[in-house]
Amino acid sequence: MFPGAIARLSATLRQLLLLVLCLLPALSGHAAAVDPVDQRITLALATEPPTLNSSIATDSIGSFVLSHLMEGLLRYGPGGELEGGVAERWQLEESGARFWLRSDARWSDGKPVTAHDFVFAWRHALKPATASQYAFIFFPIKNAEAIQAGQLPANTLGVRAVSERELVVEFARPCPYFLSLTAFMTFMPLREDAVEKWGRAYAADADKMLVNGAFTLNKWVHGAHLRLRKNRHYWDRDSVKIREIDLPYITSDPSAQFNLFRDGQIALANLDTGLLDEAVKRGHPIHHFHTGALYFLEFNFREGRVTGNYYFRKALQYIIDPATLVNKIIGLPGVLPAYSLFPMTVRGVAAPFREEYPEMRVKADIALARRYLARAKKELGLEAFPPLMLLVGDSPRALQEAEYYQYVLQQGLGLEVRIDQQVFKQRLEKMRRGDFDIVAAAWGPDYDDIMTFADLFASWNDNNRGRYHNPAYDYWVSLAQQSSDPVERFEAMARLQNIVTEDVPILPTYENGALYVQHPMLKGVRRNVFGGDPSFRFAWIER
Amino acid sequence: MLFYIARRLLFAAFTIWFIATATFFAMHAVPGDPLTQEKAMSPAVRAQLEARYGLDKPLDEQYLLFLGNMLRGDFGISFTQENRRVNDIIREHFPISATLGLAAILIALVGGVAAGSVAAHFRNRWPDRAVIFAVIAAISLPGFVIAAMAQLLIVRLNSAVDSTWLPVAGWGGVEHVWIPALVLGLGTMAYLSRLMRASMLEVLSSDYVLAARSRGIGPWRLFWGHQLRNAILPVVTELGPSIAAITTGGFVVELIFAIPGLGRYFVQAVQQLDYTVIMGTTVFYGAFLVIVVMLVDISYGIIDPRIRLTSGRRR
Repeated sequence: MFPGAIARLSATLRQLLLLVLCLLPALSGHAAAVDPVDQRITLALATEPPTLNSSIATDSIGSFVLSHLMEGLLRYGPGGELEGGVAERWQLEESGARFWLRSDARWSDGKPVTAHDFVFAWRHALKPATASQYAFIFFPIKNAEAIQAGQLPANTLGVRAVSERELVVEFARPCPYFLSLTAFMTFMPLREDAVEKWGRAYAADADKMLVNGAFTLNKWVHGAHLRLRKNRHYWDRDSVKIREIDLPYITSDPSAQFNLFRDGQIALANLDTGLLDEAVKRGHPIHHFHTGALYFLEFNFREGRVTGNYYFRKALQYIIDPATLVNKIIGLPGVLPAYSLFPMTVRGVAAPFREEYPEMRVKADIALARRYLARAKKELGLEAFPPLMLLVGDSPRALQEAEYYQYVLQQGLGLEVRIDQQVFKQRLEKMRRGDFDIVAAAWGPDYDDIMTFADLFASWNDNNRGRYHNPAYDYWVSLAQQSSDPVERFEAMARLQNIVTEDVPILPTYENGALYVQHPMLKGVRRNVFGGDPSFRFAWIER
Repeated sequence: MLFYIARRLLFAAFTIWFIATATFFAMHAVPGDPLTQEKAMSPAVRAQLEARYGLDKPLDEQYLLFLGNMLRGDFGISFTQENRRVNDIIREHFPISATLGLAAILIALVGGVAAGSVAAHFRNRWPDRAVIFAVIAAISLPGFVIAAMAQLLIVRLNSAVDSTWLPVAGWGGVEHVWIPALVLGLGTMAYLSRLMRASMLEVLSSDYVLAARSRGIGPWRLFWGHQLRNAILPVVTELGPSIAAITTGGFVVELIFAIPGLGRYFVQAVQQLDYTVIMGTTVFYGAFLVIVVMLVDISYGIIDPRIRLTSGRRR
């Protein structure tokens, strides 16, 4: 070949290369994490929402998306306080509640949101055929429980539309926390004609639903991509700054999400233990918040289990130290050692409950634990204790935690612990069947009242997996359920708190915290215990 | 030939029936069911849901119902993705897994054959050693490690040039395919190159290659016309199972690169005990595997003149 030809060729090559280099960024032209001009943010979802039908949704992702699409009678404001949503004023009494709807509340097709839409939605959720798992949350309303059990028709529910804009609710029992319930997703309105038109496919696709919240669902490619746009029919549209929330990534891998964040593709990423150091090293400010979820060891009270013995549980209480677990084993900022059935986030009369009614704390004491164990042995008439079956989930943290208990009980009390590590469904099945001595369990609050934790170990609660039965516990729960006097209710709750420490139906271990990184230009994001987390309803991008 | 294909089809149908039956009963033997949730469900709600999905019927009746629906090509509605039909899930997500898988196979095939041939031709010299080292590394490293490393590398690269040259994750354009496909195909590429190397070594020392060389045929013509065609046979045989493994085994890559493929549904369905999705995806993947292997067997006869499927007649 001639030198000239080579030169020509290399010139062409150079141009080609240049072209490719120019094209590459254009090809991968994804929207960046934040766009201050268009007020658009890009985020990743951990999973696809299983459904966006507010009457049957149960999961946290569905709750997050729905909290941006829908609005109930009341809503959570920028400071996390309850404020008017579709209702502009309301009246709460011992026997019921009354709501006056604002005239400018609109569905995404421009039609007004009426009191009938709430009546329909609540009846719909309670119909046995709907099979809503959150139906129980309506039970403070008159006849709700009987309707759900199929004993009464849905139209006997204690809620009626006096007019287009006035809704009256009758209670089955006093419900001082009813206002916070109306901000919960199952209480969102549904329009009868839309639900009827699409039937079971309602809210299975973006074009098969009506919304009344701050955003509309603009796009939903299953398993791949969701996009929310500001709702121009929303009555409070002037307070919504973000114009678009784009969700083009669905992956439950925290590292993948963090990598997307580092690359400037998404505006917020949750961190796990492994990523914390990495994020700190890279100089990202770490944010954390309390999720309000309580983790605990639950004992089995069924026949033939040593964990049914009071002294046995006391021995374990005096040797397992939540502070050691949190500081030495879990080692994450934001996670708190737990000493009570009620996490720090639970509200009391006027302040956090735990400030008003501090819990009794048990100080780890090996000698005392051993004395309790000897007493248990005598009472049970045992030569030696059988190995304890400790049921745990399959996350790395669950295993770490289990190994800590195994070590402590072996070293301190000479008890053999067998760790039964099970994947999600199998663990739940074993919990349901009572196939465990101790299970590492957790509970996240459903609504903004102490009762969401309190009735957990009442003898009638299906979530009481250890079948704990204590008439005194049941009594205080019932008392609080029948009362609307805040002082009386929280006094009863303080008694419950003491019973849990004294009788040890469970051993609280920690209150969970979540860690995350966030784009510095993104402001006003709320992390919520209730009502969908995180919330971009009041967020904006600083220019 | 026709008889052969008919017989193979019959066997294939039997295999698929067997896969479906075994999966059905194994799945129901696992403790728990798709309705098991974190929160306890009231008996009324559970009864409703059981009736909706036909879980209230005896198992043998459920099985017959399932078989009937399967024959009509209907796998029912997903338990976890409420209101989505399993057929829709397969139809929407399999093409994505297939695209990724085909790209991965293409990369694995070209890369594997090239690397294996080079290694054989330079036996015991440095190109051979380099290939062997890479092969061992690619085979020993689990897919999730390679995928995570690749993604980290992209992040580093992008931050070094201060722009997004390569997408970190996501799906939608050609630019999203190559890196995940390379990661997905790497293990197979390593395996194929080892196979290719061994097979090429055998061919290189065979008499007909010596004869061809003594006739003065040039090295490139020798390679394309004689060595490659003979040495590639074992690789082609492996291709069928490899295609199936790659298109069905993309779970980790799909998770890390946020690719909405079927692999994710396949694995998550098992974790969630989503009965209908488990059956749908297993039968679909099973049928896919059986058909791919069958096609490879037939194509084998076309590539190698020594294998003729028309029984009885000899050339």
